[in-house]
Amino acid sequence: MEGARRNGDNMNESITNKIESIKMDIAPFSKADFYEAFGDCVLIAGREEIIPILSILKRRGYFDFLMDICGVDYPAREKRFDVVYHLFSSKDNTRLRIKVPLAEGDEIETAIHLWKGADWFEREAYDMFGIIFRGHPNLRRLLTHHQFRGHPLRKDYDADLQQHSTEVLPIRFDNTNDEDGAVLNSKYVPINIGPSHPAMHGTLRVMAELDGETIVRAGVDIGYLHRCFEKMAETHPYNQVIPYTDRLNYCSAPMNNVGYCKAVERLLGVEVPPRAQAMRVVLCELSRIIDHIIAVGTGGVDLGALTSFFHLFTYREQVYTLFERLCGARLTVSLTRVGGMAQDAPAGWFKEVLAFCKRMTAEINEIDKLMIGNKIFRQRTEGVCPVSKEEAIEWGYTGPLLRASGVGLDLRKAQPYYGYDQLDFDIPIGANGDIFDRYLVRIEEMRQSIRIIEQVAKNVPEGDYTIRDKHIVLPEKSDVYGNIEGLMNHFMLIMKGIRPPVGEVYDATEAANGELGFYLISDGSANPYRLKVRPPCFAIYQSFPSIVKGSLIADAIATVASMNVIAGELDR
Amino acid sequence: MPEAQSGTLVQNQSQNPTNRVLGDQSAEDLSRSFALTTRLEDLVAWGRKNALWPLPYGTACCGIELMSVMGPRYDLARFGAEVVRFSPRQADLLLVAGTITEKMAPVLVRIYQQMLEPKYVLAMGACASSGGFYRAYHVLQGCDKVIPVDVYVPGCPPTPEAVLDGIMTLQRMIGTHQPRPWRDQWKAPAGMVTT
Repeated sequence: MEGARRNGDNMNESITNKIESIKMDIAPFSKADFYEAFGDCVLIAGREEIIPILSILKRRGYFDFLMDICGVDYPAREKRFDVVYHLFSSKDNTRLRIKVPLAEGDEIETAIHLWKGADWFEREAYDMFGIIFRGHPNLRRLLTHHQFRGHPLRKDYDADLQQHSTEVLPIRFDNTNDEDGAVLNSKYVPINIGPSHPAMHGTLRVMAELDGETIVRAGVDIGYLHRCFEKMAETHPYNQVIPYTDRLNYCSAPMNNVGYCKAVERLLGVEVPPRAQAMRVVLCELSRIIDHIIAVGTGGVDLGALTSFFHLFTYREQVYTLFERLCGARLTVSLTRVGGMAQDAPAGWFKEVLAFCKRMTAEINEIDKLMIGNKIFRQRTEGVCPVSKEEAIEWGYTGPLLRASGVGLDLRKAQPYYGYDQLDFDIPIGANGDIFDRYLVRIEEMRQSIRIIEQVAKNVPEGDYTIRDKHIVLPEKSDVYGNIEGLMNHFMLIMKGIRPPVGEVYDATEAANGELGFYLISDGSANPYRLKVRPPCFAIYQSFPSIVKGSLIADAIATVASMNVIAGELDR
Repeated sequence: MPEAQSGTLVQNQSQNPTNRVLGDQSAEDLSRSFALTTRLEDLVAWGRKNALWPLPYGTACCGIELMSVMGPRYDLARFGAEVVRFSPRQADLLLVAGTITEKMAPVLVRIYQQMLEPKYVLAMGACASSGGFYRAYHVLQGCDKVIPVDVYVPGCPPTPEAVLDGIMTLQRMIGTHQPRPWRDQWKAPAGMVTT
């Protein structure tokens, strides 16, 4: 895998200096090997030295975010698994990937004591690959059901081998140092909410022990929408994965399309033309608006305010109409292709987008009055279940929730792509990290998205909407049916597929809920070898049991709503 | 005025022997001006089909599209089905909108069992109907593997128009007393612990 090392992609000087200094710091106990792949900085470490290394990287301030932990399976290798850590620094926006090779049966120490956010990522790696994290207090299955046998993301597990579940997992909580999660305390009332419950947005399941109305202990059970995205990605060619990405965060499908294609394009070493970039920006920002519409609208419903939902849905429908004009689909649009867009925008489309922006601006002001100006809404949200800056980073929060807690991190500014650095917009930041601030941030972000769309849609560059590399993009239909060249190219690409070079990238975009990362490994074949999604609300939702502890049950409902957990990307 | 198919509007039939049996003068007068004959089951079916109370079992993307069906533009209220009930005991139409995973299957069966008769199931979208393009280790290949489905709506997700069409199809089925052998022969899946 490490055969294709390329230099000077876009690794800048700050990371080079940083690595020198990290090397000196870890030299006493580790001779770990740094290298660069496709512009990402990678470190290979042994399983005994990983925790000391992570500890130095965190404590000495090199990296403050643990973005992702995942497993990769190489059945032919002597050390079969890789455990891969992705770190990010919000100070200088650098990233580091650490890979730890493990043989089957090897244990690796948990990182949960360094970053609380490691919790679910490690459980997922255990569930999917059977990697044992020593010292993890709750190394149980997370996404698959509790009667499931085997580890599905191992290469020797068949993609369509279903195992039926015959019962629902009884109420249980996470183990702590002094409490066994499976034992309920008879002093308190156990309550189960979901997975089919009006306040549980889709398929979330919350369990709690109540003392009166106060939550003594809370727990969550996820995986009720685990649709095996990552396994499906391994069994489909690159372009056929795009429809599956639609269904990650289905409230803002185009953003997932863009995030995925951007990762593949980086692996291929191509850049999409300016017109495609502009279209992608417009689509992303429209998606951000409609995603926030769902978050704000249904958040209001959970607090008893139905009006805002009906009000806002009118405008969501208008965006659907714009999508429909563009491609014929409303919700799951699959608009991008590797190398550009599926097709050009029809004449006058950008004008319609601008007209929508005008209407939406007025609507946002209305909603602002309707929600923010509402006394009940304020009383239900202000000062409720706040999350501090430090805690948010600890858990791996990104996106509006992190910004509501007062950290001004937005990848559109921090690691600009598609010309976001040329655009004039602001990043709203909250002060208290409570539920109220989350809605304030979201409403303001809608305004900023409109600003972005207006700037881009007024000056859309002319030119092609896709690159024309015959190894990546299918020829136009007129060529396929019109000349032998086109027919041959079409045939070759369909039969052979897009084949990126052997290698791996981690590419992240700022989605509506935060950092949406795709860790893509290619073995040179037509399907991705491994595609790990780093879904923003996965990291956020794992903090739920601890942040609602001690608050009222009604506040817990408000908290779930404000997190805007989308089961599609949470469970994948 | 009920438009049940076998119902007939009868006007001023003084020969009708039932009129003479009725002792009350006012009732007799009323029956002389008009009368409605129908079978009780048709009247009930007419009521049922025009007042479906759906339980929106939205699990995934289709759930979002279902919001549009309920929302201002498509407005399911026009078909008498706007009273959304989240308690299965108050609902008679189970709208399965979205992928049902293996983990979710026992929950779905339990919800279905908790609904009171008569009850109907509409599978919205490819996943609920057949597993869709998720031929995958953790996805149930159609919710009809565990509960009886009356109407399948294709699409990924179906457009709101398609969902409305599905609901109108169900209304026709109820109105015409369509036999439902899949429903009558249904048994809870073997080994499923649902209570």
